[in-house]
Amino acid sequence: MRPAHPEVLRTEALGKSFTLHMQGGVTIPVLRDLGLTLRAGECVVLSGPSGTGKSTLIRSLYGNYRADTGRIMIRHGGDWVDLAHADPRVVLAVRRDTLGYVSQFLRVVPRVSTLEIVAEALTSRGTPPDEAKLRARSMLLRLNLVPHLHDLPPATFSGGEQQRVNLARGFIPNHPILLLDEPTSSLDAVNRDAVVELVAEAKAAGTAILAIVHDMTTRDAIADRLFHLTPLREAA
Amino acid sequence: MSEHLLSATGLHLSFGAIWALDGVDATLWPGEILAVVGESGSGKTTLLHVLSGRSAPDAGLVAYRDTEGVAHNVHAMPAPQLRALHRSDWGFVHQNPRDALRMEVSAGGNVGERLMAQGARHYGVIRESAIDWLRQVEISPSRIDDMPHTFSGGMLQRLQIARTLATHPRLVFMDEPTGGLDVSVQARLLDLIRTLVARLGIAVVLVTHDIAVARLLADRILVMRHGRVVEGGLTDQVLDDPQHPYTQLLVSSVLQA
Ligand SMILES: Nc1ncnc2c1ncn2[C@@H]1O[C@H](COP(=O)(O)OP(=O)(O)OP(=O)(O)O)[C@@H](O)[C@H]1O
Ligand SMILES: Nc1ncnc2c1ncn2[C@@H]1O[C@H](COP(=O)(O)OP(=O)(O)OP(=O)(O)O)[C@@H](O)[C@H]1O
Ligand SMILES: [Mg+2]
Ligand SMILES: [Mg+2]
Repeated sequence: MRPAHPEVLRTEALGKSFTLHMQGGVTIPVLRDLGLTLRAGECVVLSGPSGTGKSTLIRSLYGNYRADTGRIMIRHGGDWVDLAHADPRVVLAVRRDTLGYVSQFLRVVPRVSTLEIVAEALTSRGTPPDEAKLRARSMLLRLNLVPHLHDLPPATFSGGEQQRVNLARGFIPNHPILLLDEPTSSLDAVNRDAVVELVAEAKAAGTAILAIVHDMTTRDAIADRLFHLTPLREAA
Repeated sequence: MSEHLLSATGLHLSFGAIWALDGVDATLWPGEILAVVGESGSGKTTLLHVLSGRSAPDAGLVAYRDTEGVAHNVHAMPAPQLRALHRSDWGFVHQNPRDALRMEVSAGGNVGERLMAQGARHYGVIRESAIDWLRQVEISPSRIDDMPHTFSGGMLQRLQIARTLATHPRLVFMDEPTGGLDVSVQARLLDLIRTLVARLGIAVVLVTHDIAVARLLADRILVMRHGRVVEGGLTDQVLDDPQHPYTQLLVSSVLQA
């Protein structure tokens, strides 16, 4: 029998450092021998002081940063994929179908409306455009983004409005794994509660979530456990 | 075994003492957008010309896999066959639209001509298709009989794109498609390219010196310097976590893209 909450993500001896060629080639080690597992339906929150590598870990798991050593095993469809060594095409397929990521800041696409940006997260996975727009609209409303903003490109939006566009886009495809980097940092209490609700629903639907959240109230409301990162102190 | 649409290995091409291409390998999957970035003179345009069979390399191989799955050596193809490929499966978008458009033929004629070269004969059908394409590139169909010289730079570039895409190519080569246009016109054109290419599932090799353009459009990126590819991979990974000293320099010298 299959376990109710199977593993969906596992890192093995993950290591990551940065070599800054423009600063004389100095090397900054950030992650070493890191082993993290994530199960369906749980929310793990990363903790640790500023600069310990929480964002670096999340970006490495998404393939946005390149892992130096180790493996990043991701349950993709019926298979396990090692994202640290996968072909770019496979990484893109994993991102489309399995792995969602909400970054702290929205990278805006010029001229594309908010509604289209969110709907595209569905149409790119085969949802018909009309249905995608309908669902995008209701997701934006759940995040309290007023209707007259839906048809505008988010370039001129406030930080909190942009963050909610980013969240809508991240939550709407119901990816089996979701990575969140400070998704509530520029939100007020009402909108933080909306995010807590979305996280609870996603977990109930079996989504595995790995999050960075500094706000204690939000953290306590969503975390099933914490994963602590400790600073690497090492000469370069 | 590979299902690459295009694959190049060991490309070399020198101009006198300069190696414009100094051992370049590149591959392209169906439906994929590959950006080629790098400083001026690094060999980007030369690479595009060699990949598309417009210039022959001193050494190296370019293979194209056709709709039947048959691989062709692009530089060993008889000229008529290569020309037919450029008319049907391939398209080329030049930095200067005047290099591609027939300036003495109307806007509609420029689109229709490509369709006729591909075998379309029925006047009504060709005109309908031309109108449809003008609309898709946001040129008012009322301009169909106007001459290109009455168009702005941004409109000319959109007309060139309509002309190129009207025949539904599988593979389009683009050389700085937004170069020389002002920023707001660029944004509109990029959005258009992004939408059309995604909808039609076209594979693109896109040469640009603009990192922001590459980030917006490309799945994968190659960074060129002195005729060599110094780094390649997933676009956002190469730009956010560049490994090679030259890529780090390139990325750090642009404003937040
Ligand atoms: N793209 C990069 N290039 C070079 N160094 C980087 C890069 N990204 C992160 N770093 C370095 O890696 C270390 C960890 O940074 P990271 O952003 O992961 O920390 P964090 O735990 O998320 O901190 P915070 O809580 O402040 O967001 C820092 O020393 C940072 O300077
Ligand atoms: N037909 C030619 N005859 C002589 N030299 C040439 C020719 N074509 C290109 N070169 C040289 O080859 C090198 C690469 O040129 P290429 O046009 O490929 O650069 P590029 O990367 O496209 O630059 P840019 O961004 O300025 O367009 C340059 O040094 C150029 O001067
Ligand atoms: Mg961080
Ligand atoms: Mg050039």
